[in-house]
Amino acid sequence: MFDQILQFLLTGITVGSTYALVGLGFAIIYNASDVVNFSQGEFVMIGAMSAVALTAGDTGLPLWVAAIAAVLITMLVGMALQRFAIAPARGASVVTTIIITIGASIFLRGIALLVWGKDLFPLPSFSGDEPIQIGNATILPQSLWVMGGAALLVFGAQYFFNHTTLGKAILACSCNKTAAHLVGINVSIMLLVAYGLSAALGAMAGILVAPITFTSYDTGVMLGLKGFSAAILGGMGNPMGAVAGGLLLGLIESLAAGLISSGYKDAIGFIILLLVLFFRPSGLFGKASVDRV
Amino acid sequence: MPSNALLQVTGLTAHYGPIQALHEIALEVNPGELVAMVGANGAGKTTLLHTLSNVHKATSGQVIFDGQEITRTAPHKIVQAGICHIPEGRQVFAPLSVEDNLLLGSFTQRKNKAWVAEETDRIYTLFPILKEKRRQAAGTLSGGQQQMLAMGRALLGRPKLLLLDEPSMGLAPLLVAEIFRVVRELNEKGVTILLVEQNAKAALGIADRGYVLETGRVVLSADADTLLADEAVQKAYLGH
Ligand SMILES: Nc1ncnc2c1ncn2[C@@H]1O[C@H](COP(=O)(O)OP(=O)(O)OP(=O)(O)O)[C@@H](O)[C@H]1O
Ligand SMILES: [Mg+2]
Repeated sequence: MFDQILQFLLTGITVGSTYALVGLGFAIIYNASDVVNFSQGEFVMIGAMSAVALTAGDTGLPLWVAAIAAVLITMLVGMALQRFAIAPARGASVVTTIIITIGASIFLRGIALLVWGKDLFPLPSFSGDEPIQIGNATILPQSLWVMGGAALLVFGAQYFFNHTTLGKAILACSCNKTAAHLVGINVSIMLLVAYGLSAALGAMAGILVAPITFTSYDTGVMLGLKGFSAAILGGMGNPMGAVAGGLLLGLIESLAAGLISSGYKDAIGFIILLLVLFFRPSGLFGKASVDRV
Repeated sequence: MPSNALLQVTGLTAHYGPIQALHEIALEVNPGELVAMVGANGAGKTTLLHTLSNVHKATSGQVIFDGQEITRTAPHKIVQAGICHIPEGRQVFAPLSVEDNLLLGSFTQRKNKAWVAEETDRIYTLFPILKEKRRQAAGTLSGGQQQMLAMGRALLGRPKLLLLDEPSMGLAPLLVAEIFRVVRELNEKGVTILLVEQNAKAALGIADRGYVLETGRVVLSADADTLLADEAVQKAYLGH
């Protein structure tokens, strides 16, 4: 029993790390612009699919080169999304911008379908597939990459927003756009940076996890929803809350799948989300409302 | 004829949709001056400052600052050029700490670390309460403290011209006097200031020159003392 639980926990943390990164992406864009970007899942897909495409065949690039290129490609897509779909709708209502991001996600998925078809693609593991024994549980080396990579990215993002002027300038754009202009911040550039960062995080999540889950044109749908749930669980606009929310969601799902039934795992995740929204609308780790005036 | 005014505005108009909020505004601010623009609620004072900073687009007219036309210059470049704007209602970055608000005030000067450190110290000396509360979220400060923070934040942009929108708004009389004393002091230390105010008495009391704005039009302009003595002004704005 204990070994089993350990196994579920390891799986949960691996899955939860991906949710955490996607959730962090949601939080970053929300923090910079009060927009909930439902294309976040597509960033994950584009990152993973581009990496697969770039490594494929005889002329394929080495994995690490392909990974870097895939992240850059996804960043460009994210910035293009901001520049050509979100920015022109400046001043539109929240609902309108949400619809725009949903439209963009359908568009991106459609393009991926045209380019790559419906197949499920693998990406090579970073360091082999020999399971590592932990007690009586096992873990794939790639899972360690996912956890380690996620931890690194989360601490990087944390540092960026709390300790760099650029990071704080991005936060300033969301708390008060006019005041941000008036202290000389180039608000449009900051929004581009936020989308670029968020897309990069999504792409890295996709590349880290693709060797385990494989990837296809529609992997972004579920991951996007899970990342969104993570961000809501943590309290929208609280990056570390989103990370905690993601880990929690991954753990709950994995335990639910193992102890109850794998058929219910998504349902249980969403039920918990609804309960949290009902009892704590500002999220488990939502900050007091003095923050948002 | 070239003028040596620091700020020269001619024929400036601005709209909100179909409604015209500014009509052919002309005004000048000379280097070293403290100029007050007084006017009642809704006269267009805030719109004027927003248009100067180009966070609200001008419909027509010209703004020349320091010899450069800036009418359509992006807001962040206007700050780089040396116009810092203390907006109506302070507009501090509420969730960020006092310290971070000041840091962001120095955004355009961020390469010049030594100057920023020195200026930050100067601001903490000017407003000791900000130093005391530097780690607190700006949104938790009182109105007067937020006004001080907004002023400090603007000063860290290294202004050649400071635009100040209604600093007395919502403050107790004692605090108003304190804020105006600081404004006067800043001007004496060499900062050129354009101050817009409903509180005509306090504003004209510290200004060199003044303009009177009514429903988007400049209707009077004179030395501050002349305006304070003017019967029409006294009647309309000074409650005599
Ligand atoms: N966002 C807006 N949309 C439409 N009309 C506006 C807007 N902001 C201001 N106005 C109108 O423009 C006119 C000038 O307003 P403005 O805020 O510039 O006046 P003000 O002199 O700063 O007033 P106050 O002393 O109350 O701050 C007013 O008639 C106001 O109703
Ligand atoms: Mg006003």
